[in-house]
Amino acid sequence: MKIITAALAGATVAALTVPASAQQGPIRIGEMNSYTAAAAFTVPYRNGWQMAIEEINAAGGVMGRKIEVVSRDDTATPEGAVRVAGELAESEKVSLITGTFLSNVGVAVTDYAARAKVLFIAAEPLTNAIVWEKGSRYVFRLRPSSFMQSAMLADEAAKLPVKRWATIAPNFEYGTAFVADFKKALTARKPDVEWVGEQWPANQKLEAGPTVEALIQMKPEAIFNAEYAADLAKFVREGTTRNLFKGKPVVSVLSGEPEYLDPLKDEAPEGWIVTGYPWQSVDTPVHKAFLAAYQGKYKDYPRLGSLVGYVTMKIIAAGIAKAGSTDTDKMIAAFEGLSIDTTMGPIQIRAIDHQSTMGAWVGKLAVKDGKGVMVDWKYLDGKDYQPSDDEVRKMRASNR
Amino acid sequence: MLEVEGLAKSFGGVRAVQGVTFSVAAGEIVALIGPNGAGKSTCFNMLNGQLRPDSGRIVISGRNSTGLPPRKVARLAVGRTFQVAQTYGSMTVRENVQMALIAHRREFFGLWRRASDLHVEEAMALLDRVGMAEQADRSCGVLAYGDAKRVELAVALAGGPKLLLMDEPTAGMAPAERTALMALAASLARAQGIAILFTEHDMDVVFTHAERVLVLDRGRIIAQGTPETVRADPAVRAVYLGSTAPVGASHAGS
Amino acid sequence: MDFIVVQFLNGVASASSLFLVASGLTVIFGVTRVVNFAHGSFYMLGAYMAYTLTSQLPRGSLGFWGGVIGAALVIGLVGALLEFVLLRRLYRAPELFQLLATFGVVLVVQDLTLWTWGPEDLLASRPLSLRGAVDVMGRSVPVYDLVLIAVGPVVLAALHLLFHKTRWGTLVRAATQDREMVEALGVEQSRLFTAVFFLGSLLAGLGGALQLPREAASLNMDLAQITEAFVVVVVGGMGSILGAYLAALLIAILQAFGIAIFPKITLVLMFLVMAVVLAVRPYGLLGRPQAVARVGGSSLAVALRPAGSWSKTAAAVVVAVLALSPLVLGDYSMTVLTEVTILALFAASLHFLMGPGGVVSFGHAAYFGVGSYAVAMAIKYSGLPMLVAVVGSPVAAGMLGVAVGWFCVRLSGVYLAMLTLAVAQIVWSTAIQWDGLTGGDNGLLGIWPDDWARGRWVFYLVILTISAGGILLLRRAIFAPFGYALRAARDAPLRAEASGINPGIVQWAAFVLSSALAGVAGGLFALAKGGVFPTYVAIGRSIDALLMVLLGGVATVTGPLVGTAVFVALQDELSRFTNVWRFILGCVIILMVLAFPEGVVGFAARWRRDPDA
Repeated sequence: MKIITAALAGATVAALTVPASAQQGPIRIGEMNSYTAAAAFTVPYRNGWQMAIEEINAAGGVMGRKIEVVSRDDTATPEGAVRVAGELAESEKVSLITGTFLSNVGVAVTDYAARAKVLFIAAEPLTNAIVWEKGSRYVFRLRPSSFMQSAMLADEAAKLPVKRWATIAPNFEYGTAFVADFKKALTARKPDVEWVGEQWPANQKLEAGPTVEALIQMKPEAIFNAEYAADLAKFVREGTTRNLFKGKPVVSVLSGEPEYLDPLKDEAPEGWIVTGYPWQSVDTPVHKAFLAAYQGKYKDYPRLGSLVGYVTMKIIAAGIAKAGSTDTDKMIAAFEGLSIDTTMGPIQIRAIDHQSTMGAWVGKLAVKDGKGVMVDWKYLDGKDYQPSDDEVRKMRASNR
Repeated sequence: MLEVEGLAKSFGGVRAVQGVTFSVAAGEIVALIGPNGAGKSTCFNMLNGQLRPDSGRIVISGRNSTGLPPRKVARLAVGRTFQVAQTYGSMTVRENVQMALIAHRREFFGLWRRASDLHVEEAMALLDRVGMAEQADRSCGVLAYGDAKRVELAVALAGGPKLLLMDEPTAGMAPAERTALMALAASLARAQGIAILFTEHDMDVVFTHAERVLVLDRGRIIAQGTPETVRADPAVRAVYLGSTAPVGASHAGS
Repeated sequence: MDFIVVQFLNGVASASSLFLVASGLTVIFGVTRVVNFAHGSFYMLGAYMAYTLTSQLPRGSLGFWGGVIGAALVIGLVGALLEFVLLRRLYRAPELFQLLATFGVVLVVQDLTLWTWGPEDLLASRPLSLRGAVDVMGRSVPVYDLVLIAVGPVVLAALHLLFHKTRWGTLVRAATQDREMVEALGVEQSRLFTAVFFLGSLLAGLGGALQLPREAASLNMDLAQITEAFVVVVVGGMGSILGAYLAALLIAILQAFGIAIFPKITLVLMFLVMAVVLAVRPYGLLGRPQAVARVGGSSLAVALRPAGSWSKTAAAVVVAVLALSPLVLGDYSMTVLTEVTILALFAASLHFLMGPGGVVSFGHAAYFGVGSYAVAMAIKYSGLPMLVAVVGSPVAAGMLGVAVGWFCVRLSGVYLAMLTLAVAQIVWSTAIQWDGLTGGDNGLLGIWPDDWARGRWVFYLVILTISAGGILLLRRAIFAPFGYALRAARDAPLRAEASGINPGIVQWAAFVLSSALAGVAGGLFALAKGGVFPTYVAIGRSIDALLMVLLGGVATVTGPLVGTAVFVALQDELSRFTNVWRFILGCVIILMVLAFPEGVVGFAARWRRDPDA
């Protein structure tokens, strides 16, 4: 037992000792994500960025320097993530921080980055707050926000011959933001829609039967859904069995992502209009190359996270190369307005709000060979789904 | 000192105590005896405040204590010992007594001064009286049972009581220790004019130390008087083992 | 009308699921007095195991039911194994250490499940016979719901027969009433306990397996389920199987209708029910008062000694070293040190209540969280200076303590622990669901110290002064008359009463003091982190605090401080270097509980007194 005690004491001492790291050699990038709490989504993400790093380093790195990633579990809590971000910036002396998955974690790191004046490239979190209400010059975000994805889906929803809509979304920021954005976007496109009711199950605690009955009771003609992961499966099963979806179009965010779609297997709800990633059928040459490389390396198909992770590191490398320096101010200047051709298509990082124009695939769900797939999809460019510059300026007015 | 009038208590229709009336004078040592189930514990628990009587009156030192909780009864200068010694196992012997002194003076919300520095001499004097001074710094959790009982006696005396309620003071002790403990209690009480009311199974203890004996059976007092009177009372004999032999000739009860 | 009927059926079906898990928990607790946190893990394992079995067995009803029953049996064996290997060694340890050990098991199982089954949700295919729906008043009710509606009462009846018509069941019931008596009857207790664990875990596994047709097996099933199961068990009355079923019905039906009426407060509803039931019926619907089982048991009856002059010098040196540490430490190390300093105060506040007070709070994060939100709101909405805002934290947390403590001192043991848990969950749900005030799960950000305090020296010294001051106050209080009165009320409440002390009032006051200081820690934490989040109030933080106290040792005064350092070192530093930190942390917790159930400091103290131990 003494040995264990000594080891513990040792660990504490090690934690409190400053590593004297010289800043020559590789460019160090701090990376953090919910690798234990949300492994299903973050492990493919890690595969993606690791593949990108290998490619970048094999091609000689950036500015003749290799890229070294210091990766951490962000603990999936805001306060834990703030500590990890601090460790990466202050102790590991990384040039910039990237990653995060959960919105609340992303927002907390955004706040930290603005205060510590550290560059933070948020990859996955979808909340608008990261670039708007809480945005700052130190923070960029790559994936299309809830505003953008809602706008894309609203375009499709507006074409439907229905008026009475009900919504269901998990009761936390992600869900409330999606419902609010979608309602606003659809009402703008089709002013006579009627919102007949809302369901707000606790996150990952959906009581599927009663919730579905409550939705039926509202007698909607169409449903907007933002449930995801385990709750999505419950909702789909119960809704199908209870005939909730019969004759009703469903517009559903994220459900076409392999992360959420694949567990449904042959029970994937056909006809739902979704955002997602039809990895089997995206046939641009760059994507085919990515797919082949990924499957060759990991003996597995990519999830959307894999692609986002891959593209994220490519964008970061491009930004640093453009800056020609790892000085924070120079990097910020370089990322603002950065244009790059990626596996997903051309992406620009907007100078006005630091949101990238990464788009999303919108299509319908179908079942093929016992698996859910996206059909009739199209890739919508994020640059077409942005608020006006005036609105952006207003929302960012109070920010640092 | 203690006046009890028409005390009664029922549990779900069973009358445990009915119409009990007696009194204890200042400095008097009185035993409350009776066979198992006679209502001794119920009666005792009403006196010390643990049970609320259905009817009747309890007056201690001229103050009506009927229905008061134990801590309020304690404030009427009533000390108590329990059938199974109740001491604070995580404290030393001396601290047990100090705690009682602190409680008596209502100082127990103090947050800063060390409790173990308070009332040291007084505590040691009390321990000296019960013969526990040498063990003052031992943890109460490790004491021999007889010693724990003596600590409890010191604790009960800490508030300067006028009346001591002792519930089977010698229960669980070796026969040799029993008389010694009661003798100690009795002599301390006589020296300070403290009245004692105690219940007891051990008739030797009762007849050696009690100045007066109350006999309870089926919730009623069937006899009272000096030990000699009670010992000779036929009703009492009938209750104890149904025999006509004088009570106390052998160890009865228990 | 059709809606009401169908919602009612939904509630009854959900009740069956809840009941299966809760019945296992209540059986295990009733007999062994083990608060088994790993019960949720067995539930999760049951779902995964059933997934594996049903996908191996031929499709169709037979394969499905074979898989479900097979999974339940396997999980029963796993539970029996856990009892045999681990818990058996801990029956003599204080109850909370068993809980700690089972929490270690939860962490280990999380990673083992991840390795075995992978991170993705696993949705099992259902036999055709269970896919359909039947028409009830024009609405479609899934066939499987009807199956579940039947399963609950069937299992209830089976358990009733088992416990009332078999010799084994009679023994178990006797053991529920009086462990010692059964032992005196010559029944080998350890075998009985292993069997009870088999049964209880089997029920958990069955519950998990039966969820498969409704939901995917996923990695967060364990903790999602365990709190609900505890609520059901406590509302029903610990150890009462019929009570568990009634409670499951009550909660599930209320939820089914609550969803339709108040869709946004579903999280709070269950805990409100529990709080109300416990306030009215302190032992649950059908529970009976248990023999008072004190927290620390025998190991607490160690006389505490105030610091001698050597220890005082050592403490002064430690504080001095801490105060000067910004000279040598880097920024991040200072962040960690600041966090440890604050959490040490939090742990000390809980220790005060648990150790000297003997009152176990399972939801101490409530006061930590309220304190942190009080500071955040004072700064955010009123623009108050930092130090003024910090004063608000003990006031707000103390006020909550006044209200909760009033109920709590009327309860004891597990009921008390569960009521405190319920309060923490209510506060947590409020923090998450009242966005307008609390910022929802994004929290309130930008809560940084005032400008004058932003330098690395000043802020740290402010934190150190307040935390050390709080810890010193608690330490003095332990050895002051108040701490003695608290121990008196814990050691021998009858004696305390007979000495003129009101144990309830003393414990209540301790509850308030402890809450207030936990609030101070929360307030400082908000400033150190620059924000407040609902995670400050989450169950995880309450458990962290318990771990810190127990790792250090309840019966010692310095324990919580050492426990905090050990815990932060373990959790935070492990998570930096490995993704399997949960597995390692779980193993370390289990080993520590086995090796020194009196905590690190308690162990050291014993070793010093008695080198051969």
